[in-house]
Amino acid sequence: MSKVTLHGIYDDDEQLKNGAIKIVGMGIRVKEVFSPFAIHGIDPIIGIRRTRLPICSFIYGCTGALLATWMMWYMMITDWPTEVGGKPNFSFLVNWPAFIPITFESTVLCAAHGMAITFFLRSWLMPGVTPKNPDPRTTDNKFLMLLEVNKEDLGKVEAALRETGASEVNVK
Amino acid sequence: MNQTFTFTDKAKRFCYILMGIGLIGLIWGYVTDGNVPEDMAGHYNHNRFWANMLVNSFFFMGISLAGTFFLALQYAAEAGWSTTVKRVMEAVTCFLPVGLGLMLLMLLLGECKVHNLYEWMNGAVYDKASPAYDAEIAHKHGYFSWPFFFARTFGYILVWGFVQRLFRKRSLEADLNGDSNYVIHFKNVKTAAIFLVFYGFTSSTMSWDWMMSIDVHWSSTMYGWYSFAGTWISAIVMITILTLWLKSRGYLEEVQNSTIHDLGKWMFAVSFLWSYLYFMQFMLIWYTNVPEEVTYFYDRIHEFGYRWPMWLAFFINFTFPMVMLMSRDAKRNSGFLIFVGSCIFVFHWLDVFNMVMPATVHQHWHICFTEIGMFLGFLGLFLFVVLTNLAKAPLMVKNHPYLDESKHLHT
Repeated sequence: MSKVTLHGIYDDDEQLKNGAIKIVGMGIRVKEVFSPFAIHGIDPIIGIRRTRLPICSFIYGCTGALLATWMMWYMMITDWPTEVGGKPNFSFLVNWPAFIPITFESTVLCAAHGMAITFFLRSWLMPGVTPKNPDPRTTDNKFLMLLEVNKEDLGKVEAALRETGASEVNVK
Repeated sequence: MNQTFTFTDKAKRFCYILMGIGLIGLIWGYVTDGNVPEDMAGHYNHNRFWANMLVNSFFFMGISLAGTFFLALQYAAEAGWSTTVKRVMEAVTCFLPVGLGLMLLMLLLGECKVHNLYEWMNGAVYDKASPAYDAEIAHKHGYFSWPFFFARTFGYILVWGFVQRLFRKRSLEADLNGDSNYVIHFKNVKTAAIFLVFYGFTSSTMSWDWMMSIDVHWSSTMYGWYSFAGTWISAIVMITILTLWLKSRGYLEEVQNSTIHDLGKWMFAVSFLWSYLYFMQFMLIWYTNVPEEVTYFYDRIHEFGYRWPMWLAFFINFTFPMVMLMSRDAKRNSGFLIFVGSCIFVFHWLDVFNMVMPATVHQHWHICFTEIGMFLGFLGLFLFVVLTNLAKAPLMVKNHPYLDESKHLHT
């Protein structure tokens, strides 16, 4: 049983959403959707799992907070106790308000950079990588649904795509 | 689907009971507050009672005022997400005339020497011959002279009250008579943009005039934003809890889970704003350690024994929303939102308590029947006014340009 790749191209995101509901209802998996902007509500329809990026972000943030705390504790308390503004020094706890802004900044820095780098690595977006986008028009005004169907289902699927408003159906 | 809220007898009775407790607390407070400090002339002025009046007047006025700000923000930003809960926001703003009236009453009674929460309202502090003469306050006489002070006060009250009535009136008008091309809606958008500029300045000056001036020797540039952030988060909590309550009673079916999620995000974000401002006010004063600034915190923490109320207010209002509302699922769970919301609502009341009490009753503070009773009484009055206004109009707006978007909100 051989499979063919099918590109259903829509002019409108709502039409594509309806098309995806229909295709999934027929028991065919939508492999991927390419669009010029994020389509709200498409993820549950085509069965994309929730992103785990927030969990990464939380871990990076905690790392940043700990790093900053350790750095300041080492620099200001252990290695070279410094008196700033007449505050009681030699103690981290007594001086905690002074350390909050740096902890906060470091948390944000690590969370944001870590999250961005993770995102680029996970989606393999970097200079010199071959784009995965099958049709450059989806970066402009077209919405593409990527399907892999059995040869015998081809007619049925194509009809369903056309019926829900696909302007083109390309078989690759 | 039930589109109009009915203020049932049961709900009314609940409000009446709260107000009854409040009335008893009020009388009890007036009669029994014998242990408050006397003023310089040795007069006994029911400071604890009046301080409680100020705490509650400001807290509940602030909720409806920040609600008006929040509503104006939705208009000016042409926000789509909030349209389905717009009537709830409007109902919360409808307490504004009552709240402003209560604040005005407090200020006028102060001016008539019925209470002396505002030290600078006493003419003797400006008089060099008087033993009560205070050079620091006399220095600020121009700003606190009664014509200028009451001109400002009436300015805030009239403009805010007027804008609130205007928003409400036009919103109902658009509902009843139809609004072709959303002309009425865009009138509100324009008013909102002007109001936001006015409010940006006056929310700060109002909190200096009405709240910071009870600590008349002390001033902080963070104070206006800090007290505004406190009122804003209380307003968001109130709107969220009312929405969830209405939903649980079978109203507001069009409100999507995503709308609730967005309200949860606001609760989370504005809690951070408040914590940031609270902490920055504290940290800058603590760090620079200038005597005239640091007295504010020194008195509270070391002299008057407000260490626990201050820590509690900060940690509950900061860590509760941070830890509990961080995940997406928590922001979509009504039980979670109501629990966290109620906690931070009460502890933002405690924050206002911490703003007022140290300057007025010093170390003689209590949280007993007077305080709790008066809080409940004001809450009852607030809910009564809000629910009455909620029942006056359909719960879902009509003829709003973003109604459809809001009904299909998906985040």
